This record gives sequence, structure tokens and C-alpha cells, in this order.
Amino acid sequence: MKIEGQIRIPSGCAISAAISKDGNKMSGEMIINSMKPMHDRSNGLGGGFAGYGIYPEYKDFYAFHMFFDSRDTRKKCEAFLKECFEIVKSEIIPTRKIPTIKDEPIIWRYFVAPLNSVLVSLQSEEKDFVAKTVMKINAEMPGAYVFSSGKNMGAFKAVGFPEDVGVFYKLEEYEGYSWTAHGRYPTNTPGWWGGAHPFTLLDYSVVHNGEISSYDANRRFIEMFGYKCTLQTDTEVITYIMDYLLRVQGLTLGEAASVIAAPFWSTIVAKTDLDDRKKHTYLRTMFPSLLITGPFSIVLGFEDGLMALNDRLKLRSMVVGEKDDKVFIASEEAAIRTMEPYAENIWSPAGGEPVIVKVKEGAF
Amino acid sequence: MSIEFIYPEFEIIRNENRCISCHVCEQQCANEAHSYDEKHKIMTCDDSKCVNCQRCVSFCPARALKIVKSKCTLRENANWSAETIKEIYKQANSGGVLLSSMGNPKPLPVYWDKILINASQVTNPSIDPLREPMETRVYLGKKPSKVQRTKDGALDCKLPPQLELSMPVMFSAMSYGSISYNAHKALALAATALGILYNTGEGGLHEDFYCYGENTVVQVASGRFGVHADYLKAGAAIEIKIGQGAKPGIGGHLPGAKIVGDISRTRMIPEGSDAISPAPHHDIYSIEDLRQLVFSLKEATEYKKPVIVKVAAVHNIAAIASGIARSGADIIAIDGFRGGTGAAPTRIRDHVGIPIELALAAVDQRLRNEGIRNNVSLVVGGSIRSAADVVKAIALGADACYVATAALLALGCHLCRTCQSGKCNWGIATQRPELVKRLNPAMGSERLINLMTAWKHEIKEFMGGMGINSIEALRGNRLMLRGIGLTEKELEILDISHAGE
Repeated sequence: MKIEGQIRIPSGCAISAAISKDGNKMSGEMIINSMKPMHDRSNGLGGGFAGYGIYPEYKDFYAFHMFFDSRDTRKKCEAFLKECFEIVKSEIIPTRKIPTIKDEPIIWRYFVAPLNSVLVSLQSEEKDFVAKTVMKINAEMPGAYVFSSGKNMGAFKAVGFPEDVGVFYKLEEYEGYSWTAHGRYPTNTPGWWGGAHPFTLLDYSVVHNGEISSYDANRRFIEMFGYKCTLQTDTEVITYIMDYLLRVQGLTLGEAASVIAAPFWSTIVAKTDLDDRKKHTYLRTMFPSLLITGPFSIVLGFEDGLMALNDRLKLRSMVVGEKDDKVFIASEEAAIRTMEPYAENIWSPAGGEPVIVKVKEGAF
Repeated sequence: MSIEFIYPEFEIIRNENRCISCHVCEQQCANEAHSYDEKHKIMTCDDSKCVNCQRCVSFCPARALKIVKSKCTLRENANWSAETIKEIYKQANSGGVLLSSMGNPKPLPVYWDKILINASQVTNPSIDPLREPMETRVYLGKKPSKVQRTKDGALDCKLPPQLELSMPVMFSAMSYGSISYNAHKALALAATALGILYNTGEGGLHEDFYCYGENTVVQVASGRFGVHADYLKAGAAIEIKIGQGAKPGIGGHLPGAKIVGDISRTRMIPEGSDAISPAPHHDIYSIEDLRQLVFSLKEATEYKKPVIVKVAAVHNIAAIASGIARSGADIIAIDGFRGGTGAAPTRIRDHVGIPIELALAAVDQRLRNEGIRNNVSLVVGGSIRSAADVVKAIALGADACYVATAALLALGCHLCRTCQSGKCNWGIATQRPELVKRLNPAMGSERLINLMTAWKHEIKEFMGGMGINSIEALRGNRLMLRGIGLTEKELEILDISHAGE
């Protein structure tokens, strides 16, 4: 039987996210609890979280979270990393033994910075080099997998129900100004830890509910630019698309949303704001292969905020709520109420309408 | 009769009880297969002149006629088919190269028929195209590699010239000369109404049709017939024709007898002179020469028109396409070995070139491997027969398809494959005024519009079934395809899985 990565496995899901616009820290416990009322949206084959602001003492270093299948692989990978990176700290990611999470790989984290001499000799930009290194390890080093690579942020994921995954990783011990969570419902049994969400690259993390029908069109396009979709999951390709549009092409969040969940041509043609019409015509003509069709609700995490987005037909549920400095996003209102019983302004964003929440400048 | 005699391929069967001797069959047949026997007061026929174009059958008011394949059989065997034997006789009689029309009829693999399309079940909803928007619009042309911004940070929305199509289909090149004025007019009218493009072919553009320029691709072929500055500026795009799927590597020859009146004027050559297109462009002996022609044409049209380079699908097509993608061309058109023709040497048509499905798969993948797929759009033809073929081509990686034979069928062509005779009873592949007028351009265009509208509906149904609501999300989406009955190697080249995988 082929495992995930050799074959594409569709899945449904639950997502949840919380952010403080003032940069106030929230414990990981809250986001774990938000997944409990959505238990039935997962099937125990994948859960995960991403937290931003969790590593303030190492905020200038890329935090690589990694899975290894053996000690030997880890040693090999460390030797590879040392050739191009300064590793300021390497350690096992603390976990607790619980009966619901089994067969874990070796889970480590490294706080690293690329060596300047390497960047100079490769004429490479720092982030670009880090992204390429992540791709290289994931595609070419069997048994090693980087599942998180941003600064002052980290993803935590496993095979299991999300609430158990959170307990396993002791997330109550972490504090962040922004959190995302995911529970997975893959249609296939062989759970592979790498296949759980969030998917990340540099600071970008994506949790995603849905199955996109444009997958192979998107994948074959994005792979032209050095990305390697090693796991064949929708979320992985969405993560790379966001990295490409935001970091490589320099689009704004709103513009990127207009590429992946583009308005229909009929809507564009009907726009009375001519500049807006021109802009949308341009984006759709420029990036036709990055339009994502099929059902999705995603939350994209980045250094200073979150963006929630539905597919343009809104084929997946997603609601947003607010309370004071906090904004909550989830597949179901119940999840929001768990985090903040008195959440206000609960609303369902329209298909293709991005909800962008930023943390105040200087507060993160 | 003699050693030179070959028994007619078809027999005309007339039901004498039904025949009312109205002479319609006689009037309709330019091949003069029907005649009236004054002595016996009956209609009679000469089977040897029949090409089975079905014109008389279609117009017989008494339904008294049918054409059947002759049952007079040669002593065939598995190695020596009747066709092969007859071809030997013909060549022994004439000493000439055999000529044929329309696409390769040999029983070689049609990969479209060995590819199956996906649909959504449970994990992903299918979409009802009657209830939800379903987009088939495409833009053909070069896409820049990097977003540019103006000084104030706004997006710089300038793009290289793009062709907008309401659906990913265009009518491919058929020259004025090889087909009639009325056929051209029908194509131009239909393309305009449909929001797609038709293609002049290499015979220039009749002055009456300049008004359809926005929906016209003007072609520049090796004979350069009818090419002048206004012609280049008249179209929405310019196509450099390097090769044609039905006859890769060889040129063309329109006999002087057809170079009359408007055709002579449009082609800008004297009446009665043969119009000979050389095998190569004599200013293109290599890829760097192509680049010069591409940019000459762009200079002549102030960089406002995309340039298409059309090539036949041949063995090394992936490398050729890669070269073209770096030559400044905006669009590559690839014509498969089943593509049609008004006349081609039979041996060439039947034995040179490769199937478009394999060429497309190889080219799309090669351009992606080299990271230059965005430099060009890919248009494929030869032969696209239905909406299913279009959907499969798009999913394999094409931006749009060229159709010609299907368009001619819509105009009345019955695929008798004798275009080279110039006696087309349907008014398509002929220049004889009495035959040309049989094709009413308005009615012809209506039938073309019907055909394309039907295909568009079908494309939307396929897309909705896959849960895709925009054609660009189908392009290159090979996961939506599965092969059936294909070898490992074929699957590898098509880069699709086998059904059940």
C-alpha cells in the first residue's frame, strides 16, 4: 500500500485560530480546548497547531522543527545543516507519553541562522536560502522532514485527535500572540505525521479545511519555481503558493487572496471602479494557474497576523468572531465560544473575501 | 477495361421504385457521377466517379439513394491490404506521388480514447453548471515572470499582448484558396459571434474580411502569400507556420488553376501561377533565424500582437518547443499527425509525425522542467474531435485547442477526403462559383456557433463534475486523467496514472 506522499489522499477537517491585535500572549491551552467541540470533524488521523511569538528568546533564529525516522538520519541531517548554518541550540521537543498518541518519530528542534559566507558564495537571499534548504531536506533526505522553519513561531503536529496532539506537545507551556489549529479527517488509514497540518514554510503556516480540485494544476505550476510537493496534500501546495505570491512576487495579502480565490469574470467586468477592474483582470491573467477551485477554508498565519479565506463559492463553513483585542476564526461557532463565551460580531465571511487581522506594529 | 482498371471504391444504389427522375442528384454532383438516360427515361450513374461525399444522398427528395462500400474484393491478405495493392496499381499507372486529403486515416492509437476523466464523489462536491458560474475564458500569451509595481506601490498592470477567448478553442488555419470565400466568411462570422478566433491560413486575408480582424489570426507561411503591413496589422495575432501535422517537413502546392480572381489578388501572385510554399522558410534555417522573424513581425506591428509559432508534432518536439519558447514567441501551436489537410502526399501524411497527445504531454512537461512554461501558451490541434478531447487536452497541459476538421464537418463536409480535386460538392474546398454558392455563410456560421456552444456546455459539465469552476484550474491538472489499456511507457510520457491507481 502506498503511503501519503506517494499517493494523494483527500481529507476533510476542522480549523480554529485566535489572535491578539495588541500582541497579548495566550496559552496554547485555549486553542487546544477550541478543538474539542469539533471532535467529529476529525478522525484521529492528524492534528496540529502553530503558535506565533512562542520563542522570544530565540526570535532572531529560524526554528526548525523536524521529524526523523532514526538516530542515524538525524546525525546525517545535523551534519548537513552544520555545513551551511550556525546552530545555536538543538534539543528534543518536549512531549508527554499519552496512550492516544503512539509511534512517534524522533522529534527535534534546531534554532539556526544561515552562515553569511554561504549566502555570499551562493549569491542567495537569506529567506530564499532557508526555504530552499527546507525543500532539499524534505525532498532528498529520506526519513528527515522539516515541519516548521519560521522565526519565533513553531508548528506542532501528529497523528491523533488535535486535542490529544496539544496535550502530547505540552502546548499549555507555550505562550503566543497568535495560534492556529487543525483537526484532520483523511480518507485513508496510513497516518503519516508529516501529513498533519499546519503546513509551514518560513513564517507562513496554513491550516486548511477542504479538498481542492485544482490541486495538480497548482502543483505543476508552483513546482516550476523550486517548490517540491513531497506530501501531495492540498495544504502543502497552498502554503507554497502563499510563499510564492507574498514573498517571491511581493503581492499584498489582499492581492494574493484575489489570485487564489479570484472573483468571477462576470464580477470583474461589472466592477465600476476601473482601477479595481484592471487590477483583478491583471491578477487573473498573470496567475491563472494559481487559482484554487474546490472547497476550502484556510487560515494563513504569518509573522504579524492571520488571514482567513474561503473558496469563492464558499463550499466550507468558516466563522469569525471578536472580543476586545482578540479575533477568533473557526469552522464552527462552537469553537469560538469555547475560547471566548462572550465573543461578539460573529459573522460568516463571503466566499473569496479575505479576513486579514494584523498585530499592532511593535507589539510582537 | 485493362490492367489499369481499379474497381470503384463505392457503389451508388438507386431504389428505382422511389426515384422520380427529378435530376437533383445529377445537378448536385460536380463529379458527374449521375446522369439521365434519355433512351430508357431513367437516372443512371457511374460509380467510378463517386467519392462518397453524400451530397446526392442528402438532397434526394425521394430518399432513393444510398452509397455503399463496394463489395468487389481483391484477394487481400494480412500483409497486402486492398488499399496497399490499389496504391501500387495507381503508382504503376501514373508514376506519381499519391495525394490525399484530410487527416491520417490509419488505425494508429488515438490516445484521447484511452484516457478517462475524473469526477467528484463525497470528499469534494461536484458543481452544477446550470446553477453556479462556470468559467471557460482563457488568455493566451506570455506571462511576465515578476510582478512590477509603479513608483507609488500600485500594481503595474501592463501585460504583453494577450488573446482573450471565451472558450479554449480556435478554428485553425485553412487558407483562402484551399477553402472557399463562403467557408472563410462562415468561420469569421462564427469566431466573431463566439468570442474566439479563426485563422487565415497561408493564403492572405480577403479584403472583405478585414472587418473581422479582432477575431482573426493572420498566418505567415513559407510562401509569404498575401503578407503585407496592413495584413499583419489586421489580425489579433500573427502565426508563423513552420509545419503542419498532416505533412511535416514539406511545403504546399496550390495549382495555378485555382489561382483565379480574388484568390490571385489576395495571395498577391499572378493568375494561373502555381502557389508553391517551400518546405522550409528560406529565411529560417535555424532557431536564431526564427527569433529574427518573430521580432521582425513584432516590430512591424509595434509589439501589439502576440506571435504564434506553429509546428508539426515530430519526434524531438519537446526540445523544439523549448527553443521556440525562448525565441520571443508568445504562443506555440502544435499540430499532431492526425491533423487535416487540403492535399498532402499520402505517404507523408500517413507515416510522418507523432500523436498530439504525446507531443503535448512531453512539451508541457519539458517547459515546466525548464521553468519556462509561463513564457508561452500552448495550443494543440490535429485532431480534436469533441468536447471530451478538449477537456483531456487542457488537463494534459494545453491552454487551448485548434479545431478545423470538426468545423468543416459542421459546415457540411462529409469527410470524403478528395479536397484536392477542387470539386467539393458542399462548397467548402472548391473555388467553382456554382459550388461555392451552395454554402450559405450565415447558415454555416450558425452551425459553427451551434457546435461550439454545444461543446462549451459539455466542457462545463465535465468541469462541474470534477468540482472545477474555472478552466484555468483544469489546465495541466493531470490528476484528473487516468489511462486505460496503456503501457507503462505511454503512461510515463503522458504522466498520468492508470485507471484504478
